[in-house]
Amino acid sequence: MAAIHIIQEEIIDEFSMFEDWMQRYEYMIDLGKSLPLIDEQYKTDDYIIKGCQSKVWVHADMKDEKIHFTADSDAIITKGIIAILIRAFSGHSPQEIIDADTDFIDEIGLKEHLSPTRANGLVSMIKQLKLYAIAYQTQVN
Amino acid sequence: MKNRSQQIDFDVHTIRKDFPILKRKVNGQPLIYFDNAATSQTPQVVIEAIVDYYSRYNANIHRGVHSLSQEATDAYEEARIKVQKHFNATKSHEIILTSGTTHSINLVANGFAAILKKGDEVLVSALEHHSNIVPWQMLCQKTGAILKVLPMTQSGELDMDAFNKVISSNLKLVFVNHVSNALGTVNPIELIIKKAHNVGAAVLIDGAQACPHIKPDVQALDVDFYVASAHKICGPTGVGILYGKEAWLEKLPPYQGGGEMIDQVTFEKTTYAGLPHKFEAGTPNICGGIATGVALDYMNAIGFETIAYYEDQLLQYATQKLLGIEGLKIYGISDHKTAVISFNVGDIHPYDIGTILDKLGIAVRTGHHCAQPIMDFYQIPGTVRASFSFYNTKEEIDTFIQGVQRAVMMLS
Repeated sequence: MAAIHIIQEEIIDEFSMFEDWMQRYEYMIDLGKSLPLIDEQYKTDDYIIKGCQSKVWVHADMKDEKIHFTADSDAIITKGIIAILIRAFSGHSPQEIIDADTDFIDEIGLKEHLSPTRANGLVSMIKQLKLYAIAYQTQVN
Repeated sequence: MKNRSQQIDFDVHTIRKDFPILKRKVNGQPLIYFDNAATSQTPQVVIEAIVDYYSRYNANIHRGVHSLSQEATDAYEEARIKVQKHFNATKSHEIILTSGTTHSINLVANGFAAILKKGDEVLVSALEHHSNIVPWQMLCQKTGAILKVLPMTQSGELDMDAFNKVISSNLKLVFVNHVSNALGTVNPIELIIKKAHNVGAAVLIDGAQACPHIKPDVQALDVDFYVASAHKICGPTGVGILYGKEAWLEKLPPYQGGGEMIDQVTFEKTTYAGLPHKFEAGTPNICGGIATGVALDYMNAIGFETIAYYEDQLLQYATQKLLGIEGLKIYGISDHKTAVISFNVGDIHPYDIGTILDKLGIAVRTGHHCAQPIMDFYQIPGTVRASFSFYNTKEEIDTFIQGVQRAVMMLS
């Protein structure tokens, strides 16, 4: 699998084709609909990230020293952004995930969704992805 | 409140010129501000009052012998009298200026901690904002009093039959909002106050959502406490109003200790200042208080009957248009509503609709509106809430309806 920053560049390229916010959001909504859904057994309060408005559930598995994420949200735009984040982060080693940044979200024009004051749980979700990576890294070591 | 035969003697396009913020663009689109139930916009005269205070007579009040302090004190106390007149309170010292509705409620709740006994009952309505639930829960924990809930009906109104059943001689306090923030329902507070008084219970009315649309008369209501926020009535943030009957305010102990609220202080004993200063410890929001008086003058010059009549037209227009959208459901369908519409479309999450509307320059509120018990009642995560003010127009509603349709098309 390509490195995280390569995948991020691919995503930036894809988004650069859109002419306006409508097309970007329509694409994101489609991505949201195709998000690899979290197994129902993990859609519980143990795996929930509480934003004030939309809820996010996230789970991680380790296979062949790579972390695989699944997630869900009750809001479709939030799901779309989760799908983008998971595409960038899933299938990589814990260290790669720990080192990765999320600046590409700004570059594809979705910066406002990652504001810490926006009550959608996404900032906490990124933190959670990193925490999973740190936890698995500790296991590997 | 709604006089249908009344002619509207105001031109909304002239009114809009009073609000500089309405000229701005958001996300490249002209701003359509439909989040008035959260906070109202500020007219130029109020902005000028704030600038004038800091430019000409900024000083601490009630203490200084110098001219600036005297001017600021006079302006602040004049604002208190404006508030008194607006609410038709008998005495100006029955008006306590606080930092907001939440502060006003906590001040009263704290006072009742010294009065309530174990087993006393307090009644809160199912339509309340969290700020009119949590302080009373804390009060009950402290005193051993029992918190009872006045239930709501599917239409978003209070269940007055249930009210008759819960009322007893153990009831000491009732807390109800005049208008529900999440649904816009106007509650029958006259009846509630009367029935509560029949069993000797005191009543606090949370008027935060009512005051932008209705001019309450605290004497006619015979209410014990009435609370509101300046920032919802064209005033600044950080100013709240607490009206309390003199006898109650005398009875309640002070809320906070500090400057302004004392009479004599020695290390053995402090005696407290009289009303209203007993409840106004520390330097108050002087500028905010003065600006609140100007905001009330501004709204009264337009007239609350005119405001209510015009806003009701907006409400009826928007309700009818929204109901034309397939799958749209309005929560709160009382005949007695202020200009607030809470809705969902199919199973689309309110956050998604709010996000798309924001992209179109339209500001609405989404979520549980700090009234989770209401959302639990309807078993929904939240709603989209559009709330109108007298400076909104039917043209804005048309654009908003197109926006909702566009959002639904994208999200379905």
